[in-house]
Amino acid sequence: MYAYNDFDSAFVAERNRQFRAQVERRIDGSLTEDEFKPLRLMNGLYLQLHAYMLRVAIPYGTLNSAQMRQLAYIAERWDKGYGHFTTRQNIQYNWPKLQDVPDMLDALAEVEMHAIQTSGNTIRNVTADHFAGAAADEIADPRPVAELLRQWSTDHPEFQFLPRKFKIAVTGSPNDRAVTAAHDLAIRIVEKDGEIGYAVLVGGGLGRTPMIGKIINEFVRQEDLLPYVEAVVSVWNLLGRRDNKYKARIKITVHEHGIDEIRRLVEARFTETRAAFNGADLDLFETIKTHFAAPSFTKRPVSAFDRAYDNDPVFRAWADTNLSDHQAEGYAIAQISLKAHGETPGDATADQMRIMADIAQEFGHDELRISHEQNVILPHVHKDDLPEIHARLKSHGLATANIGLVSDIIACPGMDYCALATARSIPIAQEIATRFDELKIEHEIGDLKIKISGCINACGHHHVGHIGILGLDRAGVENYQITLGGDHTETAALGTRTGPGFSAEEIVPAIERIVEAYLDHRDSAEETFLQAYRRLGMAPFKTALYGEKADKRSEAA
Amino acid sequence: MTIIVRDDGFHAEDWNGDFDGPAAQDLPSDTDPESLAFDDDTGMIRIDFPSFADGRGFTLARLLRLRGYKGRLRARGHVIADQYAMARRAGFDEVEIDEALAERQPQDQWVFRADWQAHDYQARMRGTA
Ligand code: HEM
Ligand code: SF4
Repeated sequence: MYAYNDFDSAFVAERNRQFRAQVERRIDGSLTEDEFKPLRLMNGLYLQLHAYMLRVAIPYGTLNSAQMRQLAYIAERWDKGYGHFTTRQNIQYNWPKLQDVPDMLDALAEVEMHAIQTSGNTIRNVTADHFAGAAADEIADPRPVAELLRQWSTDHPEFQFLPRKFKIAVTGSPNDRAVTAAHDLAIRIVEKDGEIGYAVLVGGGLGRTPMIGKIINEFVRQEDLLPYVEAVVSVWNLLGRRDNKYKARIKITVHEHGIDEIRRLVEARFTETRAAFNGADLDLFETIKTHFAAPSFTKRPVSAFDRAYDNDPVFRAWADTNLSDHQAEGYAIAQISLKAHGETPGDATADQMRIMADIAQEFGHDELRISHEQNVILPHVHKDDLPEIHARLKSHGLATANIGLVSDIIACPGMDYCALATARSIPIAQEIATRFDELKIEHEIGDLKIKISGCINACGHHHVGHIGILGLDRAGVENYQITLGGDHTETAALGTRTGPGFSAEEIVPAIERIVEAYLDHRDSAEETFLQAYRRLGMAPFKTALYGEKADKRSEAA
Repeated sequence: MTIIVRDDGFHAEDWNGDFDGPAAQDLPSDTDPESLAFDDDTGMIRIDFPSFADGRGFTLARLLRLRGYKGRLRARGHVIADQYAMARRAGFDEVEIDEALAERQPQDQWVFRADWQAHDYQARMRGTA
């Protein structure tokens, strides 16, 4: 794991000192509210519906147990005893007081954490595959690159007042678990003739104008990476629209000018930005890499695992859904679901955070990860320890066996917290999860991703959900639109709208009808929802939602 | 009266030429980067910040420096004390503000950010630390 050097620690301490002064200068009038706003945002402080919200970065999703315990402490000391893990590897505290925030930031700095550039028109917290360094399918660990980019983008003097936010994600595996195609800039580690390099995509994004990122360069070499990314942001900083914030993201710039023109401009700018690098970044990268050396894995039998798997159906169900293949023999990647049926997706109490920290310290090489799907991951656990880990998780309500299933829902805060919301999303997620739990058909349904947003800003990723739900406001009444066929992986696709939306009372039965239609029409249990949708198209689902007539009418139209 | 901010605090205007001759240029924040031009006689380039939220001036300054401009480079307009270090790191020599802003954000708030060479990730990335 990355450990701060003296420079990093001094930087964060100085930054916190500056922010403390900014809060005071806001209070004494030196800074207007307008001027203070971007300054608090670039330090992670948002104004929500009921209170401020502090968004803390979990760089590339990686935490150790001491950091997790500190997050628990902060939740208890300055918030209401819980935190909310988000889709961009952040944790949000929903109830801090403005005057406490500088102390919260100092408490974070004690464990080498911060809230820098988690908000505002800056380059945001760089995210990475949550299985980094553990996944069996990995070309190279994406975290050293993500850390290099973190250092490069932190307080970058040109890029603190961009046209809009700029999000970067990195994957080191061909199987994209980091939703890279929905980012302003995506970096995919690739190998060409034995050399590791980077495929770069630009212009992805969700929000009100969803776009899938386009390849701008198939292979950028290590020594060219920072100047290349710098060229992209430099071009966009001058070219991106500042007259309309809904058209300011780079996805619109790419759309308006075309990817070929953007590529030409970036190549030209790159010849200039390149000259300002002399290889010091490569030395830094080598040092960073040493921080991410794999833990020392041991070889031992997995008999306890086998015994529990054969004899305990509850353990078996959990192992079947929540474990993934690890690089090392005898090891597994275990996911801890923060989606207990009926709970708020992504919320964890301080006690739960401590339990997870203890397990990571005792059994998991002291590492935890946060996924964009709002779950927590133990990336390196020996299979023989899993029965014990499972028993402990179970006694704290953390052993829900639903990873990738219908109740493993991504939901944004929606009307319960967010000032921009047009509908509730958390209660809808809770009702869907509870309903399918009652029906006891989750495991039979298999891989199915439902994603819910409470307005068109799409924080809940609904565009890339197999089933996406978007909550709107129709003349003061909540109305939920459904999309089908979205995909957040390397085969990324945006979902297609089914037709008219549903009221809050109708939406859960509507989702149930879609799932029933899938179960009726699938070839076999092996054909997933997404595969079935791709084969069958919209028609059977439309019929299930709106009846025969509605389907005919829309086909004739 | 305008105030010129440098690392050691506030100064009176000391550029005696005007801003439309061959020796000095006034550039708006939406200047096309292709059109940036200067020669050995250019002694002053002043880039406008119509709003502190308009960050284009930082990239224009950086491009001028990358293209070899060695003369005086000034950020002018709505630049706040919190942006002073960014302006210096991007290549500006000084910032020009009006009296109202200088009154609201007095000298000590600018000098607080005059240590722009410290805590600079870019210097580490580029081997200039
Ligand atoms: C509650 C306070 C929040 C507010 C006011 C808020 C606001 C916004 C806005 C305005 C956008 C659209 C940006 C654009 O298209 O330019 C956006 C996008 C986004 N937000 Fe949030 N958000 C909030 C919470 C969250 C949470 C809790 C998450 C994670 C669960 C999240 C994740 C995202 C993501 C992933 C996007 C992606 C769309 C994109 O930028 O392409 N946000 N948010
Ligand atoms: S999608 Fe809309 S409602 Fe949900 S968190 Fe984002 S801005 Fe708020």
